[in-house]
Amino acid sequence: MRIRALLWEVGLVVALAALPAAAQEEGAKYGGTLTYMIPADAPPSFDGHREETYATIHSAAPFYSTLVRINPYDPGSTTDIVCDLCTAMPQPSDGGKTWTFKIRQGVKFHNGDPLTAADVAASLNEIAFPPPGVLSPRSDNFMMVKDITAPDPGTVVIDLKFATSAFLPALADPYNWVYEKKILDRDPHWYEKNIMGSGPFKFAGYEIGQSIKGVRNPDYYQKGLPYLDGFIGIFAPKQAVQLDAIRADRAGTEFRGYPPSAIDQLKQQLDGQIKVQESDWNCTLGAWINHKKKPFDDARVRRALTLAIDRWGSAPGLSKIAVMHTVGSIVFPGSPLAPSKAELDTLAGFWPDIEKSRAEARRLLKEAGAEGLSFELLNRNVDQPYKYLGTWLVDQWRKIGLQVTQRVVPTGPWFAALRSGDFSVGTGGSCHGIVNPPIDVQTWLPLPVNKGNYGYFEDQKEIDLYDKMLHETDPVKQQDDMWNFVKWVLDDQAHIIQTLWWYRIVPLRSYVNGWKIGPSHYLNQDLSTIWLSPPQCGKCGSEPSPAG
Amino acid sequence: MYRYIVKRILLMIPTLFGAAALVFFLMRLIPGDICVIRLGSGGTSFTEQALAACHAEIGFDKPLWLQFVNFVWGFCRLDLGTSMWSGKPVAYEIAARFPVSLEIAILATIIAVIIAIPLGTISALKQNSSTDLVVRTFAIAGIAAPSFWLGIISLLVVLDLTQIFLGKPWMPPIDYVPLWQDPLRSLSIVILPAVTIGYRYSAVAMRMTRSAMLEVLREDYIRTARAKGLINRIIVNRHALKNAMLPVVTVIGIEFAFLVGGLVVTEQVFNLNGVGRLLVQAVQNQDYTLTQAIVMLIVTISVLSNLVVDVLYAWLDPRIRFA
Repeated sequence: MRIRALLWEVGLVVALAALPAAAQEEGAKYGGTLTYMIPADAPPSFDGHREETYATIHSAAPFYSTLVRINPYDPGSTTDIVCDLCTAMPQPSDGGKTWTFKIRQGVKFHNGDPLTAADVAASLNEIAFPPPGVLSPRSDNFMMVKDITAPDPGTVVIDLKFATSAFLPALADPYNWVYEKKILDRDPHWYEKNIMGSGPFKFAGYEIGQSIKGVRNPDYYQKGLPYLDGFIGIFAPKQAVQLDAIRADRAGTEFRGYPPSAIDQLKQQLDGQIKVQESDWNCTLGAWINHKKKPFDDARVRRALTLAIDRWGSAPGLSKIAVMHTVGSIVFPGSPLAPSKAELDTLAGFWPDIEKSRAEARRLLKEAGAEGLSFELLNRNVDQPYKYLGTWLVDQWRKIGLQVTQRVVPTGPWFAALRSGDFSVGTGGSCHGIVNPPIDVQTWLPLPVNKGNYGYFEDQKEIDLYDKMLHETDPVKQQDDMWNFVKWVLDDQAHIIQTLWWYRIVPLRSYVNGWKIGPSHYLNQDLSTIWLSPPQCGKCGSEPSPAG
Repeated sequence: MYRYIVKRILLMIPTLFGAAALVFFLMRLIPGDICVIRLGSGGTSFTEQALAACHAEIGFDKPLWLQFVNFVWGFCRLDLGTSMWSGKPVAYEIAARFPVSLEIAILATIIAVIIAIPLGTISALKQNSSTDLVVRTFAIAGIAAPSFWLGIISLLVVLDLTQIFLGKPWMPPIDYVPLWQDPLRSLSIVILPAVTIGYRYSAVAMRMTRSAMLEVLREDYIRTARAKGLINRIIVNRHALKNAMLPVVTVIGIEFAFLVGGLVVTEQVFNLNGVGRLLVQAVQNQDYTLTQAIVMLIVTISVLSNLVVDVLYAWLDPRIRFA
């Protein structure tokens, strides 16, 4: 059954890759300016190669192109990767180790310079192999890449050290913006303070810390796009302000997402004038168990902690008040590599019978001499979903007789405690720009290969299981390898506590059309497919105005 | 008088140096690391190489005493340095936000003065009457109600009332425009926060005006003025009010200095891109250079406004002469 599903999915990917990336939506109108809220303070910089915050993506993605991307008309799929600057999705050669991309001809940067393969290669090289003094937090995503070259102006060749299914999603990461080589050569930091790409919108202005504006790029290479004359993104970190602005129509939408209670309130206030899109979210929050602190070095105690948590029973209630929603392993539930429900049910803490699970937890604690254990949960002073998670976990652990208190601290001290190891159990999770499980699960790899492991454990077997999975190119075998990895991390060793995956609910004023939600708030943010209904679209033409 | 002002300005130097030392070392006592926040707060993982590159970029590898000397020397030269978070000059970051905070502070002060002085005076003149009771209740409510709560409530009230009466909810624009670019739009953005803050501010000033007026109205020279047969309006306006203004001016001066950088919560509630919101961001991000600069700006404004208040004393009360 699983094999058939996988084969179907692979077939679907090939079929969709052959489709043209841009196709004018029926009834779509040209014109108008979309105002939307960016639910964050202004980003430190606009350089997508160096920043991690979605505020960078939400403000600057419309100005840039990427080599490949998740299909903007089907972002819900985790595997539907299509060309942006390339002409056709290539088939790799050399046993999956060489990828040759043909680059579109006639593409121009917003300054009028032609975009060539050299620009694409220079941009990807800066991300994968950052020169000294250049920050690239996602360089590890390209650990399979040997070199990236542009043998001629129309061709980019990427040679891999080994074939892996993790490569294509890594390449489609929404942060992989194509910059102009000439500028990068002159000053690799130029893009931190300046914006100049080849995307659907041209930069029109930035009010420092307040808003960013873009206008339609009339020379955009995806024919017929974009529909909007322009956009204004307004930075507003407070949820109440964002919701008020949407309610009063000061903004058409916000693209990150809200908890259900906020959406229900908006629906009630804007009866019929609002629509919502929902999706599982490639973000999860759980807890690090510090293996350097006794008795958490004992696998029985760690297993007891995870066995105490009623994931299946709590998810429906939690999902009403928090963004936490879907029960799943450390692999995103919508991915072909995710364990099935039957498999999940066998993992510690995922058993359908919670009473049996908690009885086992009490037995393990007794066996380990840790009955009535007292400890502190380190938590971050952020509402969604940290505080909800913390309160829930404390309650769940009390049900097996543990005495747990919470230490809620601001982000700086929270990170400081995690990094110094000054905690017993601390909240932590992962959030990724694109669904790429072989890369995403690196968060949970042990020391010393993963210096960001705040569980402070070493485990050679885990590394071996991971490497086997990463190098496996057969989808079915890779899924089996991933399952073995997941089982080892969550069940046999219970290294970490995995809880629930988040859920995205994005409200859009009813006049905002053409945007589709995906499993990440980083995805599909170039705004090229969005169009507005009358009267918000202004003159509302069926063709773009000559002036753009 | 001039010697006094020069002396006061010279006294500012140790005050500012003390404040600089305090903010510099206190900031560094907070556990955390700007680079870790920057690289990891989105929930994604990052490499140790990226962390080291970030540290080198912002100058964390220099010894603490050298960082302090650089900061103080830079401040003396009016060079506030570069924001560790954005890489932009701190002066540029503050200058972009300062007009919003200043506009609100000035407008709130005007609102406060317009409300506080007449009501405080009436309340004193009609002591223990029902008018006095109403004014005092109004003032106590203003002090008791937190500005952020008042801000949220006022926004919701505007949204709900416009929904009821106009058929669709309305709220002021949320992207600030300077007064000189579009006065009407600018005022429509800042009026609600200014009223919210002005109300609390007026409550403080109103109580001060009332008690100062009550005290002055019992002075011998007021009794003499009455005995001379002066009409009440002249007694109050010319003799009582001017003398009662001394403590009120002090309160207004201190509050104004606070408003320029202290509208931390109100700016968040109304999404105003001011100095208070910038300070919160800077502290949260552990951006030392930016936090230090904003705190020094607030300290400088406080010291200067105190100086202005002292100079105003002499104008209000000719008996005061500075040596």
